[in-house]
Amino acid sequence: MKATPLSNCERRFLLRAIEERKRLDGRQCYDYRNVRISFGADHGCCIVELGKTRVLAQVSCELVPPKPNRPTEGILFFNLELSPMAAPGFEPGRQSELLVRLNRLIERCLRNSKCIDTESLCVVAGEKVWQIRLDLHLLNHDGNIIDAASIAGIVALCHFRRPDVSVQGEEVTVYTPEERDPVPLSIHHMPICVSFAFFQQGTYLLVDPSEREECVMDGLLVIAMNKHREICTIQSSGGVMLVKDQVLRCSKITAVKVAEITELIQKALENDQKVRKECGKFGFAESIPNQKITAFKMESAAVDTNNVEEQAEEIITKADPPSEVCAKPILHTPGTAQIGEGIENSWGELEESEREEAEEEEAESEAAAFECQKMETEDTCMMGETKKDEPIVLSDSEEEEVVVLEPQVLPRKTRAQTNLKQENTSKKTFNKRRKKKRAA
Amino acid sequence: FVHRHRLQYVPVKGDHVIGIVTAKAGDVFKLDVGGSEQASLSYLAFEGTTKRNRPNVQVGDLVYGQFLVANKDMEPEMVCIDSSGRSSGMGIIGQDGFLFKVSLGLIRKLLAPKCEIIQELSQLYPFELVLGMNGRIWVKAKTVQQTLIIVNILEACEYMTAEQRKQALARLSGN
Repeated sequence: MKATPLSNCERRFLLRAIEERKRLDGRQCYDYRNVRISFGADHGCCIVELGKTRVLAQVSCELVPPKPNRPTEGILFFNLELSPMAAPGFEPGRQSELLVRLNRLIERCLRNSKCIDTESLCVVAGEKVWQIRLDLHLLNHDGNIIDAASIAGIVALCHFRRPDVSVQGEEVTVYTPEERDPVPLSIHHMPICVSFAFFQQGTYLLVDPSEREECVMDGLLVIAMNKHREICTIQSSGGVMLVKDQVLRCSKITAVKVAEITELIQKALENDQKVRKECGKFGFAESIPNQKITAFKMESAAVDTNNVEEQAEEIITKADPPSEVCAKPILHTPGTAQIGEGIENSWGELEESEREEAEEEEAESEAAAFECQKMETEDTCMMGETKKDEPIVLSDSEEEEVVVLEPQVLPRKTRAQTNLKQENTSKKTFNKRRKKKRAA
Repeated sequence: FVHRHRLQYVPVKGDHVIGIVTAKAGDVFKLDVGGSEQASLSYLAFEGTTKRNRPNVQVGDLVYGQFLVANKDMEPEMVCIDSSGRSSGMGIIGQDGFLFKVSLGLIRKLLAPKCEIIQELSQLYPFELVLGMNGRIWVKAKTVQQTLIIVNILEACEYMTAEQRKQALARLSGN
């Protein structure tokens, strides 16, 4: 299929937006999109999502004879493929310029930086070495393939476990995973690529360009760095004339970004290891959420929680003391008891609670992304207010409500109470977020 | 039977769509409409054009027209003129503004008479809007920021309920 051409109108608008320092998704010029790393059931399989760009990485190994000129080193093989499901312009089997460029970048980043210790992959010198093969597949193209691919590659390599081998004289025994635990690869450092898109003849740069921004950029600069601030690879394409301090500034930005991303990777690897050790559920079935066509999940923006405690205290001190509670249970019929009376019917507040719930629900408006902060802190205030007659516990665990089903036949005296309770219960089931812990 | 969540468009006779001009071949423009084939548009199919007075269309421009011929055996043909020879809103779309893609179902929802989304948005900022049945929307507002806001709201409208949309717009107009 042919790719959709970029219309003049879009190009003009994007360039104008960039002149005004605005990006389509509301990011700042040095902001990365959200990076999400999820692991598969096998060791060495992971999916990295950078915004909507998704890359799948898979590492595998094989025992092969070594290359004749390097008898004591293992062999590394890297391959990136652009799947046609990533973008309409990609066709299978056709070596486009983009594909060649990406493959070369990945090779230079991972092979030439010597991040993997190839000597440790040698089993019998001159006869058997491990060949490690890294396959990267692009599942969705929304800009900045190289960053996502480099993160996926290094995460998969760190995650991978090769079978344990022992050599006794001439005999080589390869242990299965049941016999002996598989061994991780020996990785010295984690090189990660960061891309910069240049506009306006190299005077303005954006980090992590999206697909639309890549279509209108003047040039691209890719810097691969590890967390020790060593530059592994640097490549400039597009023919933009870059000034020396531009490049230096980019390398400083790269150092910051790489530190953040490396921390994220470490955390993800640790989490996965913990889950596997505790025999919890792991793999893509658990980590990748079911994407339904009628549901939309937006990554929530960072929330300023600096003064949440103060706000909570304020709310508690301003709140009315809880109304008198009656401790004695009233037995209606055998098997049905009632403790307390239930709070006042607040049917009129339904819209407010609906709004809370809707805000907490999956979909959040993109347009208000830059107002998310304000909204979220407002939200915590509102939630606090409506629960003011009970102590506010800002914890995550919420108990499901137990709805007492009342039998239809009841004496008249309690019918008024019943109605009140029924309204309350119907509201409860509607507004599941409210905890109603009655003081006994 | 209508596919609501589909993104790929299939040309249908009479549908109004937004096409991107990809080539000028003699008397005919080739347009990309998001279907499997490119549509053709004759230069005479605009209001007020003659053999001497050609329309000012460049490669990469946006055109809003309707399908004259659209079946699976032939290349689809478009015109920017209705049966009485008047343009009735069709033709070349202006130079500013932004084009983006949504699902076909959202377009149908927006094209329904008295669509709430459009009414609510129009109370927010004044803007120009062209909806193509092929899933393409062109928006133009006074500033880049306003245009971006409208684009983001329309894209998110696909998944938001009416209540959430009202809140989002209330936050924006109150801001």
